Amino acid sequence: MTEQTLQVEILRYRPETDQDPAFQTYTVPYRDDWVVLDALNHIKDNIDRTLSYRWSCHMAVCGSCGMMINGEPKLSCHAFLRDYYPNKVRVEPLANFPIERDLVAVTDDFMEKLESVKPYVIPQQERAVDEGPHLQTPAQLNAFKQYTMCINCLLCYAACPQYGLTPDFVGPAALALAHRYNLDTRDAGREQRQEIAASNEGVWDCTFVGECSQACPKSVDPAAAIQQTKIASTIDWYKALLNPWGKR
Amino acid sequence: MSRKPYLRKMPKSWWLARRSYTSYMARELSCVFIGAYSLLIVVGLHRLSQGRDEYGAFLDALQSPLSLVFHAAALVFALIHTVSWFSLAPKAMPLQIGEKKLSGGPVVLAHYAVWIVVSAGVLLVARI
Ligand code: SF4
Ligand code: FES
Repeated sequence: MTEQTLQVEILRYRPETDQDPAFQTYTVPYRDDWVVLDALNHIKDNIDRTLSYRWSCHMAVCGSCGMMINGEPKLSCHAFLRDYYPNKVRVEPLANFPIERDLVAVTDDFMEKLESVKPYVIPQQERAVDEGPHLQTPAQLNAFKQYTMCINCLLCYAACPQYGLTPDFVGPAALALAHRYNLDTRDAGREQRQEIAASNEGVWDCTFVGECSQACPKSVDPAAAIQQTKIASTIDWYKALLNPWGKR
Repeated sequence: MSRKPYLRKMPKSWWLARRSYTSYMARELSCVFIGAYSLLIVVGLHRLSQGRDEYGAFLDALQSPLSLVFHAAALVFALIHTVSWFSLAPKAMPLQIGEKKLSGGPVVLAHYAVWIVVSAGVLLVARI
């Protein structure tokens, strides 16, 4: 029996030689338990060593293998070839980010934005070790747990036309993480985060397309986090208006 | 090695690239019709304040083919507006009772219920 094969079309960009990116087609063996990342690894190992892409865990945990697969942002370790076979699979680097090389996107912009929203617990008061752990009830944990699931894969940024059109937009994952810490009962850093989160480039650049939440492989639902931040920020604004002397 | 990151431009037709983007744009466009219809009602009120004849002329103008087309389009877009925003409401209003997060269904239903009650109220007032 002849081996079943599948064509994979990859957007290549080698900065030292290429003016513009261009597609290159490879033929790989088809296995129904292979994901797109397996096909890429097959190409790298057997056909073309120059192909560049990021990956690490192969199990939807590390968040490094995000790519556009047939135009949809997906984790390449989570996209089965059987869902595309016998049609061609077209693989491109994550949309809305510059291309470093081949399928490797430049993600520095996100890293800076993530840092700007202080995605860590900022306690009211430092707690000494002998004071013991800061306890939280399961209900308190569940209020924000879904937002802790983010693996920084950036599929949500690739899905967001608003980020593509307005590159200053802080974007879904960073705002979802700001919300995650704001909801945490151990945290008192909301006011510091609001400087960025409640600014024009923060939640107010979001027009609620909602695609971030559709693309997210971890059901984080960043669109929900952003809308909730909008409501909380609006309430802040009215409170400040009605009580200009009160603590903001 | 020197870097030369390549920036891809977003095509002008990006909103046609995916169905979900197109329906998002339809939702965005719907507010133009909602706004225009609100304006029409304000004009109607103004004409009413001017007197019976002026208001009659306004009502006659509403019968014109152009106005009928506008009303049909406004109705379609008002429905798109309502249904799409109602379906998104749960994202802005998460429900949690104790440890359990509730599904968004009740929030959407509550929106429809309020819509029906308010519409019925308006119709009732209009009849009096
Ligand atoms: S919110 Fe979801 S899609 Fe966005 S970076 Fe986190 S895990 Fe990825
Ligand atoms: S390789 Fe780690 S998420 Fe895909």
